[in-house]
Amino acid sequence: MKRDSQSSAFNVPKGLNESIVRTIAEQKNEPGWLIDLRLQALEKFFAMPMPTWGADLSALDVQDIYYYLKPFEQQSTDWQQVPDSIKNTFDALGIPQAEQTFLAGVGAQYESEMVYKRLRREWADKGVIFCDMSAAVHEHEALLRRYFGSVVPAHDNKFAALNTAVWSGGSFVYVPEGVHIAMPLQAYFRINAQSMGQFERTLIIAEPGSFVHYVEGCSAPLYRKSSLHSAVVEVIAQPQAHVRYTTIQNWSNNVYNLVTKRALAKKQSRVEWIDGNFGSAVTMKYPCVVLQEPEAQANILSIAVAGKGQHQDAGAKVIHLAPHTKSSIVSKSICKDGGRASYRGLLKVTPYAEHAHAKVQCEALLLDDASRSDTYPTIDVQAEQVNIGHEASVSKINEEQLIYLMSRGLTDAHARALVVNAFIDAFVKALPMEYAVEINRLIAHEMEGSIG
Amino acid sequence: MENSLQLQCTSLSVSCAQKEIVHDVSLAVPAGQVHALMGPNGSGKSTLAVALMGHPAYNTSGTITLAGHDITDVPIHKRAQAGLFLSFQQPHEIPGVPIATFIKAAYEAIHGAITPQALKERAAVYMDVLCMDEALWFRNLHEGFSGGQRKKLEVLQLLLLRPKVAVLDEIDSGLDVDALQAVANGLHLARKEQPTLSLLLITHYQRLLQYITPDVVHVMHQGRIANRGDATLALAIEQQGYAAYEAR
Repeated sequence: MKRDSQSSAFNVPKGLNESIVRTIAEQKNEPGWLIDLRLQALEKFFAMPMPTWGADLSALDVQDIYYYLKPFEQQSTDWQQVPDSIKNTFDALGIPQAEQTFLAGVGAQYESEMVYKRLRREWADKGVIFCDMSAAVHEHEALLRRYFGSVVPAHDNKFAALNTAVWSGGSFVYVPEGVHIAMPLQAYFRINAQSMGQFERTLIIAEPGSFVHYVEGCSAPLYRKSSLHSAVVEVIAQPQAHVRYTTIQNWSNNVYNLVTKRALAKKQSRVEWIDGNFGSAVTMKYPCVVLQEPEAQANILSIAVAGKGQHQDAGAKVIHLAPHTKSSIVSKSICKDGGRASYRGLLKVTPYAEHAHAKVQCEALLLDDASRSDTYPTIDVQAEQVNIGHEASVSKINEEQLIYLMSRGLTDAHARALVVNAFIDAFVKALPMEYAVEINRLIAHEMEGSIG
Repeated sequence: MENSLQLQCTSLSVSCAQKEIVHDVSLAVPAGQVHALMGPNGSGKSTLAVALMGHPAYNTSGTITLAGHDITDVPIHKRAQAGLFLSFQQPHEIPGVPIATFIKAAYEAIHGAITPQALKERAAVYMDVLCMDEALWFRNLHEGFSGGQRKKLEVLQLLLLRPKVAVLDEIDSGLDVDALQAVANGLHLARKEQPTLSLLLITHYQRLLQYITPDVVHVMHQGRIANRGDATLALAIEQQGYAAYEAR
């Protein structure tokens, strides 16, 4: 079996400058407006300081990263044509066989590029678009030009600027008015080459009255050098549309995972972010919903697991701009072996958002004394007649509970996994079944390495 | 059968946080026998029970054997796998952990694979004997359970997990007459299904012993075994209390 890490056919050198950005754009044969957008974003990236308000990014050297790799393999629409090396990688990631029948349409990003995608005919007949962003640039340029950067502009933050400058890969999803996609759209992402940044860009447009569930899962092998993942996800939920976006990330322990995810929710629409963060050295991610029009609704459900040497700085943001908008945030974190999890959240209710209803619930579970959990909730309510609830709790795993479970024959790791799985049960129940299985396996695996 | 000692501790002393609570206790429970361990509050009964199970917060000296094997230095889960069972005085609530999931995991750790359906069918029979609502099977571990329901769930686990030796710490406390009868029925069934099962019943009172006659009664006082006798000793304690031991 040949080593699949050797198969990248086209790389740009390490580091970041205008010439590299131009090379990426030219490689993809992009139109002028997009090249201009990239170059403007690059200037913004260099002009903006490194954020210091959150996790420690001082060890991140942005010039020590590869910004583009293109896999040797060409895009494929037929599973038979997917190269064995990639199938082997999927196997190594433990993607269950059952998945493959369940996968109705797949966009699997492999080293910055879609290599496999297939859209069910019935969806295509309904006018659903599910393709990689690079393809969308050419095939759906008008839609892209209208919506790209409309939710997360390049100047939003330093890493949104970086992504806008160097993005490659990611998914484009368009769901026409009234179309309900019953099965989730799924995409797998992974980082492959050492020190390679991955900068996918995802845009989802749900037209009025439509429904879509988009699922992405990540896993990566271990590397020695640090690696950067900085994605941007933009979601537009038009009136009465319903978008659910599920992410499971399990980065290797040296990855900086700096992601901007934001959704615009129009009248009576509903947006759900379901976000699971495992692994990485540092994660900074605060999925956001802007409730722009009346009766829009946001639900954010997240878990973060921080192990040795890891800092999960994650949370959620909801901005209520209109009357009768509703939101709920449930954020759970688990820290072990000296790991650190921070909840950083924003709940903003503007004066126009009368009768807004918002609930924030943060729960942390510490598995040992060396671990740390912090909560930085910001709640800014400027409207009258609102209903706001906030709860936060930190608990330590109860030794007597573990003793009880072990007295029935369970190992320490098994007992911990049972308690942890119980803690994140609400999250797991929100996942498609095969992901739930993966998460249970992941928790069991994490507990094996835990100090008993 | 008389000769096979299922549980034996020899010169067992137990300390917790540098303080010795149980001093030089020796006792032996042969296969198929029921022993009662009685004594006033704070006499060290529960400490002895959790030390037998291998609770890591307790340090022991002396030896413990289970079915002839030295388990003195064996970790708690391996003692369970070897056939020791402890019913806790106050079983912990573990929110979110489904009973069915937990008992299946425990059963498989001890006996090997079983289907959820087969386990549930066995459980249904036992729950009927214990007068437990079958719907409890789908609840979480002791979550929101009354004292009586918790004790019954402990006996249900005993029946399903089929240990060699069961130490039951105040399985009778907090039970009304009906629940006590149900728990006793469960214990009778466990002994009937498995005649070599040894029981060590820790209790303050004679109540449970009216349903299950002990072969031996051990009286514990201030961390030591202060007296031993047959079932009539439990009756005497019921009538006279522990005052006689205080005077010693």
